Amino acid sequence: MNRRSFLKSSALAGGGLLLSFTCLSAFSPADLKNAPDLAEKWVEITGYIKITPDNIIKILNPNPEFGQNVMTSLPMIIAEELDADWQKIVVEMGPHDSVKLGPQFTGGSNSVRMYWKPLREAGAAARQMLRETAAQAWGVALEEVTTKAGMLYHAKSGKSGTYGSFATKAASLPVPKGVKLKAAKDFTVVRHSKKNVEGSKIVSGKPLFGLDYQQPGMLIAMVEHPPAFGMKLKSFEAAETLKMPGITDVFRQTLYKEGFEQGGFDTRSFNELLVVVGKTTWEVMQARKKLNVQWEPAGDTKDTIGGWGQKKEVVVPGELESTDTQLQKMKEYAAKPAQQLRRDGDPETAFKNAAQVIERTYNGPFLAHNCLEPMNFFAHVTDEKALLVGPLQAPGWTEPTLAKILNLPVDKIEIQMTRMGGGFGRRAYGHYLTEAALISRKVKAPVKLVYSREDDMTYGIYRPMYTATYRAALDANKNLIAFHVKGGGIPEHPIHANRFPAGTVDNYLAEGWEIPSNITIGAFRAPRSNFNAAAEQSFLDELAEAMGKDPIELRLELLKRAKEKPVGKNNEYDADRYAEVLKLVRDKSGWNKAENQKFSRGVAAYFCHNSYAAHVVDMVMKDGQPYVERVFSAIDCGIVINPDAAANMVQGAVVDGIGNAFYGGLTLKNGVVEQTNFYNYRIIRMPEAPKKVDVHFVQNDSDPTGLGEPPFPPVFGAVANALYKTTGKRFYQQPFGPQLTTPAAL
Amino acid sequence: MLKLTINKKTYQVDVDPNTPLLWVLRDTLGLVGTKYGCGVAQCGACTVHLNGEAVRSCVTKVSRAVGQKVVTIEGLAEKTDHPVQKAWLELDVAQCGYCQSGQMMSAAVLLRENKNPTDADIDAAMAGNICRCGTYLRIREAIHLAAEAQRKGSNG
Repeated sequence: MNRRSFLKSSALAGGGLLLSFTCLSAFSPADLKNAPDLAEKWVEITGYIKITPDNIIKILNPNPEFGQNVMTSLPMIIAEELDADWQKIVVEMGPHDSVKLGPQFTGGSNSVRMYWKPLREAGAAARQMLRETAAQAWGVALEEVTTKAGMLYHAKSGKSGTYGSFATKAASLPVPKGVKLKAAKDFTVVRHSKKNVEGSKIVSGKPLFGLDYQQPGMLIAMVEHPPAFGMKLKSFEAAETLKMPGITDVFRQTLYKEGFEQGGFDTRSFNELLVVVGKTTWEVMQARKKLNVQWEPAGDTKDTIGGWGQKKEVVVPGELESTDTQLQKMKEYAAKPAQQLRRDGDPETAFKNAAQVIERTYNGPFLAHNCLEPMNFFAHVTDEKALLVGPLQAPGWTEPTLAKILNLPVDKIEIQMTRMGGGFGRRAYGHYLTEAALISRKVKAPVKLVYSREDDMTYGIYRPMYTATYRAALDANKNLIAFHVKGGGIPEHPIHANRFPAGTVDNYLAEGWEIPSNITIGAFRAPRSNFNAAAEQSFLDELAEAMGKDPIELRLELLKRAKEKPVGKNNEYDADRYAEVLKLVRDKSGWNKAENQKFSRGVAAYFCHNSYAAHVVDMVMKDGQPYVERVFSAIDCGIVINPDAAANMVQGAVVDGIGNAFYGGLTLKNGVVEQTNFYNYRIIRMPEAPKKVDVHFVQNDSDPTGLGEPPFPPVFGAVANALYKTTGKRFYQQPFGPQLTTPAAL
Repeated sequence: MLKLTINKKTYQVDVDPNTPLLWVLRDTLGLVGTKYGCGVAQCGACTVHLNGEAVRSCVTKVSRAVGQKVVTIEGLAEKTDHPVQKAWLELDVAQCGYCQSGQMMSAAVLLRENKNPTDADIDAAMAGNICRCGTYLRIREAIHLAAEAQRKGSNG
């Protein structure tokens, strides 16, 4: 096959800039040689499916990819109902087109959840349109037309034909609604492990990521942001910088005008940046070192926050914050009255009359996302239009901002989504697109904005700093009669008031408090839950010990209560499904088996993003340090689209959880973030990764629920509980690592 | 002008000899398979082979590569069939994939020097390559698989 002719036809359809991202990734080089000549026209049937007369079926992935492999799983859903041959389909990243491709937002463990039904309907509708076309062409009843792997058949007459031969006609039919979907037992694609459609490209180093995107004449821009939260740009001297080789421009840039109404994902840490533009990345990096910049205190500033029809002005404090003063302030706030989030029964009286009260306080630091590919985006902005290319989780949320700031209509703004080198929530905040766009417009050239690792790690949009105090009241028979959680944070509290163990205890109180701050925060893999689960699941472990119960048994007893005689309303979890993952992990880990008692075992479970996860962490001492040797994981996320890739995600979440529990954390001194690169912000590495993470999915036919985030939060709790068994000490302060290096801790 | 031999091709580049090889590969030559993750030899995403040794190209001056043999992920095997690449595909190792060029380049050197690495050997050789998505278990398994394939002599 003439590969060049295919790339040429893509150019006719979509413009030359799309060339490097059009992937024939489902084809091996051998396939390409033998495939028939491709026609110039792709016939579009629903926004997701394109078929050539030669029966090449292309499926567009609507959602940006950051390692959760939606690039494979979302097309699998379509291919299932469409009845296409998975081995032959071509997958391509879709353009930003919310009319044809839906919300296109990657985050909140939402991709499969949100697209499950629409993609099934699209595939089924397309299949029906093809069957209707064939039935008409053959003069037979629709019911008699069957399909298999991209072919249509009429058994009685022996007629058959490819999807491609009927595609043009089928595309002219109206898209039917309410087409019958397959029964789960008939799935041949979904629930069957498929290889990553971009696998070959990844292992051969093809350009895939935002940082890889290049265009002739493209300039590189980098930005200086204030060295501390609470500071702003005062003045600068750039004479030496401008003399440096390759440098074309140095200027200050304002992001939002005063009064600009920010949406939830317009978060930015610093409104004015110093921009350096040049020909190559290294030249710009070197030239930055020659800048002479003066910073000054920003004082209190105002942000206008909009969204959901509301508009409010928020004061951003100008204080230069330090971790020790933040911790002190949190202690003060924790002692003050807080906002009541949920109340059942009469907790005050129950605590007063308790035979035993257990109280523990937990703390978690700011966390940096540290996506391995740092923030970057390409922009080419003219007076008429804007093209932006790069790694972004939610183009729909940044596009309106770009339109306002560039004063361009939305249909003149094109955002192309590349593969992302990690997201974790950080890339939902599109400030770096707006920065890149403004730079391009100013210098009147295509520009790639690049953040160095230091720029990225110190920029902000962190996981908040959290604390939570848990109290439990036991009666004389060691029954749990009251439960109280009071949680707070800078600048948000972590509490999910309606989650377990709410609903299991007659007297329950959940409270939250918040301290405003200029430290910017954002969604970090399982927001709030990522701290909550750690604290709550450690506390339940202590409770179990005080009550003389096995930790899994205690949870199952509480869940039994929630099922049979639930307390209160709005209990967010399904007690049966929650109990199921605990039983599954108990079973698969051989929780009580004698041969496993040589491990220090910790268990934790959690519900979030509509899924249930439970882990048993098996810890040993290795070279004088606690080491997680193996983990057993039980997950209920409904129907699992791509089992092997899903297992990979769970394993990754476990490793991520261990790493953040032991090492993750940022500290501040007078507004300055003290961690700047991986030598002072430790990331878990191969030697610390477990030998085995055994993943088990509950087999049910429930609609798919989230998987990117749910396995992550309970890992922290299981690790803390295993540490107790290993060291005899409880750990209340994350990260746990620094407390382990002194002999006293062991 | 500096003469470089990368993946068996020669290039003449007009760059400051102090430029890290990483940026010459990416910005000057458009070979973007080698990645930037930290710039200070902490994450390993920039790993390439210099005369067969694994080096962090972000801290390797291009002058050091002049007249030497450089191999990047793009040139690890002409048909993307190095045992490491095949094992990576067989076990579907990658999540986001950003670190994997560096992981494979480090693994390839390990396997050249050690035909039968233990888990401890792998830990030591791969400790310099960060995977933020946490695919370490699969990387370890893929290295064992590639080692086994190499020992059996299967290479295509």
